Formats: sequence, C-alpha cells, structure tokens
Amino acid sequence: MAEQFINDPMQEVFIFETSQQLEQMEQSVIKTEALGSYPSETINEIFRIMHTIKSSAAMMLINNMSVVAHTTEDMFYFIREEKPQFIDVSTLSDLVFEGIDFMKLELEKIKNGMEADGNPEILIDRIKDHLKILKENNKLTDSQAVNNEPLTEKYYISSSKTAKISEPKTYQVILQFEENCGMENIRAFTVVHNLKEITETFKSTPEDVINDLDCVEIIKRDGFILEIKTSESPEKLEAFFRTMAFIDRIEITETEDLLEIREELSILVSDEAIMVPQLKNPAIEMASAKETPVANGNHSQSMISVSVEKLDKLMNLVGEMVISEAMVTQNPDLKGLVLDNFSKSARQLKKITNELQDMVMSIRMVPLGPTFFKMNRIVRDISKKLGKEINLKILGEETEVDKNIIEQIGDPLMHIVRNSADHGIEAAETRILQGKPRAGTITLEAKNAGGEVLIIIRDDGKGLSRTGILEKARENGVVGDEAANMTDTEVFNLIFLPGFSTKEAVTEFSGRGVGMDVVAKNIEAVGGNILVESVEGRGTTITLKIPLTLAIIEGMNIRVGESCYTLPIMSIKESFIPKSQEVFRDTDENEMIMIRGQCYPIMRLKEHYKVKTGATQIEDGILIMLEGETKTTCLFADELLGEQQVVVKTLPKYIQRMKKIDGLAGCTLLGDGNISLILDVNGLIAQKRFRN
Amino acid sequence: MVDEFDEFDELEFEEDDESEEGKYLTFNLDNEAYGLEITYVTEIIGIQKITEVPELPVYVKGIMSLRGQIIPVVDVRLRFGKPGRDYDERTCVIVVEISDITVGLIVDGVAEVVAIPEEEIVPHPDLDETDSRQFVSGIGKVGTAVKLILDCQKLLEDDEMEKNSQEA
Repeated sequence: MAEQFINDPMQEVFIFETSQQLEQMEQSVIKTEALGSYPSETINEIFRIMHTIKSSAAMMLINNMSVVAHTTEDMFYFIREEKPQFIDVSTLSDLVFEGIDFMKLELEKIKNGMEADGNPEILIDRIKDHLKILKENNKLTDSQAVNNEPLTEKYYISSSKTAKISEPKTYQVILQFEENCGMENIRAFTVVHNLKEITETFKSTPEDVINDLDCVEIIKRDGFILEIKTSESPEKLEAFFRTMAFIDRIEITETEDLLEIREELSILVSDEAIMVPQLKNPAIEMASAKETPVANGNHSQSMISVSVEKLDKLMNLVGEMVISEAMVTQNPDLKGLVLDNFSKSARQLKKITNELQDMVMSIRMVPLGPTFFKMNRIVRDISKKLGKEINLKILGEETEVDKNIIEQIGDPLMHIVRNSADHGIEAAETRILQGKPRAGTITLEAKNAGGEVLIIIRDDGKGLSRTGILEKARENGVVGDEAANMTDTEVFNLIFLPGFSTKEAVTEFSGRGVGMDVVAKNIEAVGGNILVESVEGRGTTITLKIPLTLAIIEGMNIRVGESCYTLPIMSIKESFIPKSQEVFRDTDENEMIMIRGQCYPIMRLKEHYKVKTGATQIEDGILIMLEGETKTTCLFADELLGEQQVVVKTLPKYIQRMKKIDGLAGCTLLGDGNISLILDVNGLIAQKRFRN
Repeated sequence: MVDEFDEFDELEFEEDDESEEGKYLTFNLDNEAYGLEITYVTEIIGIQKITEVPELPVYVKGIMSLRGQIIPVVDVRLRFGKPGRDYDERTCVIVVEISDITVGLIVDGVAEVVAIPEEEIVPHPDLDETDSRQFVSGIGKVGTAVKLILDCQKLLEDDEMEKNSQEA
C-alpha cells in the first residue's frame, strides 16, 4: 500500500512515468545485449529516456537520480555522436543496469515516503571511467568528444559539430504537447528548465506556468510559445525539443525582430505577447510533422492509465448492482404474481448486468508479459555471474490475470527462475559431457486452463535429486523411516518446507533455503498451488496454478444458527450427515470422526466462533470435509445453503486494525442483502491445531 | 426493512453553504445528551441487519452493508461501558468517517443538530479517568442544557489495554 504515502500528484506522475521509462529501457537493453551491439534506435531511446529522467528528477529535486541519469546520458551522447567502433556491450549494459537499479531503488524510497539518499558517486565514477576507456579505445581525444564538462554547465551544445559561430538569431517555437498528457504547465516548466541549459535569452507565453492556473488551458489551445535567441540552427533546436517528454508537435520559425524581443524582455510583458506575428516556415513545419510518428513510436494514444483504486471502486459498484438486481427481480413482494412484461424487462436487466460484470472483470485483467520479461534480467545477471549459458524462452505472455494476482506472483516467480538458473542449469562443460546442448534453456510459459491460469517454469538442468532431498530431510529431522515409501511427488514437495535447500554453497542468488517456502506461501495466499515434477538429469518443471481473479470466488454458503459463512469450493472435499455413533472424543475432549478407516478431527464453527444459535446435536447438522495445505478437518455446520459466486470484500479497516481474526478471509454480500463471512480454510485449521 | 425506519433512511448531510464548524449532532443515552462534531457525520440510518463477527470486543456488534459498502458497527452504550439495550424503531446508526475509516455508531436515537460556539464549551474537569470519560473532550452549554462533546477520534481508537481486558 505504498500509494498511500503519495500525496503529491506531481510526484505520483513522476514516479509512474519514470518507472515506466526505466522498465522500457531495461527491456531494450536486454534485447540489445542479445544482439551483441547497440543499434542506433536503442542508443537514441536510452539517450532520450535518460535525458527526460535527468530533467524531471532535477525538477523534483532528486539530485542523485538526476546525476546518474546525466552521466549515463553523457556516455550515450558520446556513443551516439561519435559512433565508436569498439563497444564493450556487456560492460556497458552492466553499467546501464546498475544505473537503472540505482534509480529504481531511489524511486522505491520516494514511493515509501523516504528521502532518496543513495550515494551515486561510485557508480558515476565507474560510468565516467568507462566513457574514458571508450574514448581511448576509439582513439578520440578529449577535445573531440565534448561531454566531459561538469553537470552545471551547458553540455548540450556540441561545439565540434556547430563549429562556425553564427549570428544569434531569434526563433519562435510553438510546442504542442501530446493530447491527454496532463499537467501541461508542468511539462512547459520542464521545457523552460531545460532551455536554460542552451540559452538564457528566451521568453515564454504564457509566462508564469507554475502559478497561473489558466495557463494549462492556454497551452492546450495555443501551444506553448517560446521566443528564443540562440546561435543554434533550427535543426539543433528541434532535436533539443524532441528529447523532451510528451511533445507532440514542434513549430520553429525564424523571426527577424530581434529588437522587439529584447525590449519585451526588459519590460514586463502583458498578454499581448501571445499575438506575436507568426512567420511560418513551411519546410521546417513539414519536417517536424514527418518526424512525429518516429518520436512517438511506442506511445499508444488509445490507452489510458487508470488508478487501481478507481477500478476497485467500479468493481464494488458492479458487485453491488448484481446484488441489487437480484433483490429487485427476486423480491418477495412479487411472489405469486404473473408479471410477463416485468419478467421480460428483468431478464434484459440481468443480461446487461452480467455483461457489465464481465467487462469490469476484464478491465482488471493484465497480461503476464511485463512480469515475465523482468525475468530476462534475472537470468541474464545470473548467467553472467556464474558463467553459465542460459536462454530464457517466454511463451504465452499475453495470458491475462487479475492485477492483484500479478503483484503477488512476481516474487515467487523470481525465486523459482533464480533457483532454476542457479541450481538447475549446469555449467556448459558439464552439459556437454552429458550430451546436452551447451546452453541451458529455461522456459516460462503461461496458459489458461478453465478458471485457472497455469504458469509453468521448465528447465533442462540437472533435475531434483530424490536421494539428495531425502538425505537433507533426514538431517533436518523432517522425515523418518517412512522416507523409503514416499512417492517422488511427496519427496519433491519437501523442498517447500522452511529452511530447506539442497545446494551446499550459498550463492548471491539463492541457496539460503528461505526461497521455496516463501514461494509456496505467496502462491497459496492468492489461492493457488504448486506442482513439482522432475526427472533427475533431465530437468525440473514447476507448475503454478493460479485462479484467474481474486475478487470473485466460487463459494459454498453454509449456515450456523443465524450466521452465514462462505467456504471456497476449492477446499471442500465432501459433505455428509454424520451419525452420532461415528463421533467420539479423545481424553482431551477433542471430537473426531472415523470415515472409511481414516480419523478426522471435528471443528464446530458454533463453538469456535461462539455463535449463540445453531445446532448442537451432531445429527442435526452437516459435516463438511475441508482439505487444507497440511491437514484435513471436518467442519460442523447447520446446513449447506448452496453454491454461489461471491465477490470477495475485505473486512472494514476498523476491524482489521483492531484484530487479525484467524480463519476469516473477508466477507461478501449475499443475494438477499445479508453479509456472509468468508472462511479461510488454512487459517481455521492452523488455529485449531494451535488451540489444541 | 420495516417501514418506520424510512424516516431515517438516506438522511444525508449535504455540505451546506454554511460552514459546518461549531455544529454538533446530538443524541441521548439514558439521561445524558452527547454531541458529535457534524463534520465527521456522513449520514444517519435506521438500524439494519448486523452480521456478527467473531473474536471482537463486545461493543463491536459486527458489520452491516451500507449500500454495498461494508462498515463495522459499534454500540456506543457498550463502548461507554453502559448496559446494553434492545434495539427498537428509535435506534439509529450514525455513520461517521474519520481519516478513511468509516464506522457506524449505534445510539438510542438522534435528537437535533445544534450550533455550539467555541466559547460555550468548557473543558472536561478531568476528575478521574473512568472508562467513559476519556471520550468526552469538553462540555457544551446550549441554553440551560448540557451536551457532552465526544472526541470522535478517541471513540474509534482501540487502545491495547482495553482489548486485552476484553479478551481476558
């Protein structure tokens, strides 16, 4: 819930945009590395992104980020301008990644309301060193390469290229920002801020972009008009404005009237200044129009970003509507009446409500792609550090799951991929000896299967060793003599126990044995489960079964006295009416029942939650067998009310703050307007055990 | 829903042109009159079906649905350590919202909205710290009548001490 700390809309936009840009940059660099060289588009992209971040971070007064972005920008400026022949792609990428990581960390700090206090100096020195090496390798002297000036100076004017010092000319520049980019005044402020780097002589209309609230509208309507006096060529100017974010169109016209502007600069100018005569230069205008699609290549205007909070609200409302619809159409007052027209309209309403519900659910669905692509980086880092050759294959990245679930599975996925890369895939020499291809392959696949999404992580590494796991398990005292009779699946499942790792050496990436149990916990938290299959010497396949959405579950409503509870259908094994002679108690008064030769504990919800009403005689109720992750328990309730899809709502904050109630996962509204409490089976069972 | 309650339903407090400052919603419990700052009050509804939630202090009666929003309800009588009372058609739920937390307060019935200027509010004499006093931030005078001004924030706070004693 880091969002809570963000109060400042400007900061929010900054964080959102910057993290998106960093993400985009990371992906391009990973792609580039595979190619083995930097194509000019990537160089330009990195340059542009770094430039944007540099200025926006400076504007937000986050200096360390700005400095890192600046140094990286310098490096790419050199690469772009001088097109050096020898680039150490892998070292360069390492540096870029370190820069990205640094900035991401700082962003995270800001998001959590902390100061961005990371020290960038070491990183900056290394980037500078690398730039020096680059220059030396490409036999260029410092005088040719421009960019070793300190940060405060105007670094942008490339003296080598525009060597002839031309007469300063005055240009009128009209900037149109992208539609819907929002906060035009802030964008304009950024432009002005950056413009100070190349010239001090300029004037903008509207003038006060920060404090004048009307200026957003003016900028939207007329564009942001700048009068600049500079010796730069119009092309250079345009290239400069191109580097700025959210600029849609640039019009540059040369104005002759130098004096007028000088005068206007010295006097305070009023609004008349908007009406500056426009001397259009059609050639430049056309050129800029042509370039626009290139600059905006990866911005899709048909998408908008909406805060998850709004979506949650929308979903709640729709859930509410579904319930109200049921309340209207199944109103008890209508019972026994023949209402043909009414039922017709009611059917129509029902249809539309259902469609609306489906639509809202689909809005919340996000493709797994970005989460998967993050793994590229992890695999890259590990293979580089450990000197392994690993290819990551991604399949089905377009598969969609609920936004909330995506957030929950990122970490587990990372753990598993790390494990595969670190423990699973062998070193190249070992692989060749075993007749496998030199490079190992990890496949990340997602696919829909009914109401679930399967995420499969497959590697062709050495697989899990049954004996290795058992040995370790015995050492830890997890298993005893029964080990010999355990099935492979049972043995493999041991790796999900806390503190379990078969790898002797703890590496930077994995091996502390805290990974897999956390993975299992996270996946279970979203209502999913994990399957492990492995053939020794051939590889391991880990399958995560994830429900499509967290927000709606298939539930079974049960009644205890006057209270209503909902159990997730997934955890119900069977239900039956017990006979009193089957039930017995042990010496600690624990009730249990014998079914088909197996003994199960009985848990009475009535007693457990101290419900005042409800059946006490075992014959008067029903037993529901619940399968938890570790144990199976029979739950005693009055009756089953029926199956229903329920919209999961969290308990009110007030109650959550007061106490964490074990065994309750949330609550939901039933068709009759009553509230039902959703039970968390694992929590219930764990609590039972704890109490005993 | 029983018809008598309709008069309370949807009695929402729109943000008036007039300032809400200094206005209090008053309600009675036994012989005392209490005042709640009106800025915190979002609406007043009749008592509705409440779903009990286990393992909570007695004064948290459970949760109820307010047009789809699920809100916890607190019985103010029990919160003040007074004996409980059966709910009837006069019983009201005052929905208050403080710093993103919405809670329904069950009271015997609401009286009126009165303006109490700041100078008419005297501080609590602070004689002893018994259970219910801590919620009273001051005492307001309206003519000859006395209204106990409640500290909404405190009302919703859940101090550890109390929780423990409830569980014990």
